[in-house]
Amino acid sequence: MPERQIMNQEDVRRALTRVAHEILEHNRGAEELVIVGIHTRGVHIARRIAANLAEFEDIEVPVATLDVSLYRDDNRVRSQSQTKLQPTDIPMGIQGMRVVLVDDVLYTGRTIRAAMDALVDFGRPQQIQLAILLDRGHRELPIRADYVGQNLPTAFNERVKVRLMETDGADEVALILEDLDVEEESPEESNKEQEA
Amino acid sequence: MSLSRTIETPEISGALEPEPAPRKHVLDLDDFSREEITEVLESARGMKEVLGRDIKKVPALRGKVVVTLFYEASTRTRISFEEAGKVLSADVINMSASGSSAEKGESLLNTGLTIQAMGVDTIVIRHPHSGASHLLAKHLDRVSIINAGDGLHAHPTQALLDLYTVQDKLGDLGGLKVVIVGDVLHSRVARSDIWGFAKMGAKVVLSGPATLMPPDLMRSSGSIARSPFASLVEVDTDLDRAIEGADVVMALRLQQERQNAGFLPSIREYIRRWQVTDARLERARLGAMVMHPGPMNEGIEISNSIAHGGSSVIEDQVTNGVAVRMALLYQLTIGAGLES
Repeated sequence: MPERQIMNQEDVRRALTRVAHEILEHNRGAEELVIVGIHTRGVHIARRIAANLAEFEDIEVPVATLDVSLYRDDNRVRSQSQTKLQPTDIPMGIQGMRVVLVDDVLYTGRTIRAAMDALVDFGRPQQIQLAILLDRGHRELPIRADYVGQNLPTAFNERVKVRLMETDGADEVALILEDLDVEEESPEESNKEQEA
Repeated sequence: MSLSRTIETPEISGALEPEPAPRKHVLDLDDFSREEITEVLESARGMKEVLGRDIKKVPALRGKVVVTLFYEASTRTRISFEEAGKVLSADVINMSASGSSAEKGESLLNTGLTIQAMGVDTIVIRHPHSGASHLLAKHLDRVSIINAGDGLHAHPTQALLDLYTVQDKLGDLGGLKVVIVGDVLHSRVARSDIWGFAKMGAKVVLSGPATLMPPDLMRSSGSIARSPFASLVEVDTDLDRAIEGADVVMALRLQQERQNAGFLPSIREYIRRWQVTDARLERARLGAMVMHPGPMNEGIEISNSIAHGGSSVIEDQVTNGVAVRMALLYQLTIGAGLES
């Protein structure tokens, strides 16, 4: 399948640098801030943003992890391994905190909806903000990101693949063109695909 | 008893082909690969986190219906399935044989078909006859079946929670020595545990009166010698010897009626030779853990001080049982969406 690179390693690094600066600017520092990464790649991006914050302002912002599977409304799986849960770990709690949710790709918005439902089970945050590496459009819910690494208008028959050093051995965002004749995917399904 | 046949099935390494289809039923551990067991245990870890929250409720199985169909008495298994389902927001309906149309002579199959016709998603069944859950799985095509104990055959969810409990405390299961003590012959728990621990690479030693050991495991030239378990399962009727260096000691419940049936000379002799005691546990590895599937006969197969002592993980087993059953209910229900 033809694949086109959208962001290379440097692009990813610059985008996350800017996102970290925007978070600091928007929140006037990092008081009461907690960064929550959505499994799998959102967790790694969250850690990188936290590392950037530590570097720029010498502050340690707690990072939590969230598996939203139990809150999804599109729970359909293609294989056994997709029923596996990953650890949700919110050691510091989120009561009264400013939460920055982090994920790799923003698409239909359903993952973020599920993540917000999950978060409020842990307390009442003062605010929930959203940081995303790539926004590919096609929202199905009224959700938008506060911090965006890159906007990329896409077609339904395109898939976005985010690769990160931690999980895939390289930092890269690629666009994959699916053959429409072979497989017609609904946005929901390809959303699932990205997360696999 | 189907033990010899089951144990010969050479599916021990179980490296399944890429991307196996979602599982529909949980009938025994013999068709679980090591990878699949590992996945269940990992998911159970996520479920345990849910159980530790202030608000123990997630919407995962909203609108799904789970029926627990119990033809035998049970406290922990039934309640833990009920709690597991409810924490996941499924509707759980409990049915027991007494007070149901089973008392009017309805067959198991017809009861199953009736429940299926009501649009239930999952049936959790316990039955005194081995193979009862297989029967339902074979004839009902729209529900998932979970075996919560069938006769002398299998109790897979108990074995999975045992694996989880050991892994939680000791880490990797490979290379551990697990001693199962007591009435292995009549124990479905032991049978599923043997499958589970052996698949995960632990060494299983069975100990107890020779009359209560599965006969095919007693024969050195028997089927076990040819089976893939040959190097992983052994029998040693001398508990003092068997327990040497053990990482895990599991006592099984001794049903007192076994004495009347001639399996035991006397309960007192059993206590003297096979009770898990402090003195015996000293021979095991330092920090060895003691397990029991419950319900316990304290003072018979396990001493009071061991049952409630520092090495006992019996209560952890119960807690972990809820998490493991949540993982299975979730997996089966979500996986079932694929087929429709």
